[in-house]
Amino acid sequence: MDRHHGAAAPAPPAIQILSAEKTYPDGTHALQPVDLTIEEGEFVTLLGPSGCGKSTLLKMIAGLLEPSDGRLLLWRKPVSLTAATEQKLAFVFQSPTLMPWASVAGNVRLPLDLAGVPRPEAGARVADALELVGLDKFAGALPRALSGGMQMRVSIARSLVTEPHLLLMDEPFGALDEITRHKLDAELLGLWSQKKLTVVFVTHSIHEAVFLSTRVVMMAARPGRIVEEIHIDEPYPRTADFMVTPEFSRYAKQLQDSLLRASTVASEAADS
Amino acid sequence: MSKAVPWLRQPRVQRIVYPGLVAIVLIAAWQGLVVGLDLPPYLVPSPFLMMKTLFTDWAALGSALLVTLEITVLAFAVATVAGVLISFVFVQNKQIETALFPYAVLLQVTPIVAVAPLIIIWVKNPTASMVICASLVALFPIISNTTLGLRSIDTDLQSYFRMNRATRWQTLMRLRIPSALPYFFGGLRISSGLALIGAVVAEFVAGTGGSGAGLAYQILQAGFRLNIPRMFAALLLISLTGVALFVAMAWLTRRALGAWHASETSHD
Repeated sequence: MDRHHGAAAPAPPAIQILSAEKTYPDGTHALQPVDLTIEEGEFVTLLGPSGCGKSTLLKMIAGLLEPSDGRLLLWRKPVSLTAATEQKLAFVFQSPTLMPWASVAGNVRLPLDLAGVPRPEAGARVADALELVGLDKFAGALPRALSGGMQMRVSIARSLVTEPHLLLMDEPFGALDEITRHKLDAELLGLWSQKKLTVVFVTHSIHEAVFLSTRVVMMAARPGRIVEEIHIDEPYPRTADFMVTPEFSRYAKQLQDSLLRASTVASEAADS
Repeated sequence: MSKAVPWLRQPRVQRIVYPGLVAIVLIAAWQGLVVGLDLPPYLVPSPFLMMKTLFTDWAALGSALLVTLEITVLAFAVATVAGVLISFVFVQNKQIETALFPYAVLLQVTPIVAVAPLIIIWVKNPTASMVICASLVALFPIISNTTLGLRSIDTDLQSYFRMNRATRWQTLMRLRIPSALPYFFGGLRISSGLALIGAVVAEFVAGTGGSGAGLAYQILQAGFRLNIPRMFAALLLISLTGVALFVAMAWLTRRALGAWHASETSHD
């Protein structure tokens, strides 16, 4: 990793999940104890069927959910909502989650406004963020005037405007058509390498996981747990051509088999 | 037809022209029936006679209109301010809402005609007592709509505010109030009409004459004297007041919500 400062003092891992689990008061075991370490600069995908606890895990990293047991550390410090105010962490939701009454620029400026950043500085940063996602011409438009893909770009611009180190994305492109999704996936990889981000990305698409990730964390449902971790050792930048290579198919097949095995085990466990 | 006159195809023009045509047909039929069947004016006055009465009796009717308008507008203002304050109390805490909401419903389901005599006895000032009656009628839609609006917040957006450590005040100003506005304006639209109904009902019950008499009193008096044309003229003024209130609220809603809300853009 290029950001390690020599072997003597390695950078602390961006995320450490230590036996974190989630049981709801009604007894539902959303997530069995999970151990996972994510290094700075990684692009990790949490892949699994619905109900496997991948969104739960992501929300615990964000501090939106408390683990019922275990610990989560960000750069060796316990996760709490303060992490967001230090502007190291940004969250992108499944839907664009924009304020319909505010313009595109107003939406992107929101985290800066909430943090009390002065207007002139905020304006310049908003303009930069919008240019980054190619929406500088739409700064004054209202969200409803934009397509679903463009709204998602606004959401990404809003997350990048705080210059985060860690980007948490909860199935961000799940509701988009496939062509738009491929486009945004490619753009996201560009931003990831340009901004040297650490990304944790939740998806249920095997192809998206292989295309994007340095590492795929496979999860299974009932109860939610991690079943396998697969490194995608393919060079970046990855383009659409990567998706038609034999390596891509091999990884996809490997994930597919792993997913099938996991769901068979789960259904057997449910039967017994 | 609309091919020859392109401006007729515009929805804005149609919204005025079409109801206007219906009005012309109805009024013509009314006038024709009254004249044709030779109906006496103490049963059904012709629209022409009604308009004539409106002008000849304008001194009495005009001042009555002002009185009714005053009560309606005051009651509407009181209901809006009180309703919004009560909703803010309701959304602070679920227990408060649970404890108090049944009483808001009680207020709504008790017919104002039944309560009005009490209020008129208790409150000495006749205008104040009628304003209280009318605002009680207009209050509930503001409370229920604004409370619903303040609670109808996108949960992800709320999480986003929480993650960014928004203060209670920031969340209120930047999230809760804007989210509630469409609901609030829906409540305003209903309440403006109810305030007028409440004002007329209160006037009926109060039955005050003299200089402070409103349109309802004019209708009562005209009824006693079988002055049916004047009754019709007063009725027309009440209806026009209601329409004017509705139009004013629609305009206000459009001004406040602009282009962002679906209810304001879908039909244009």
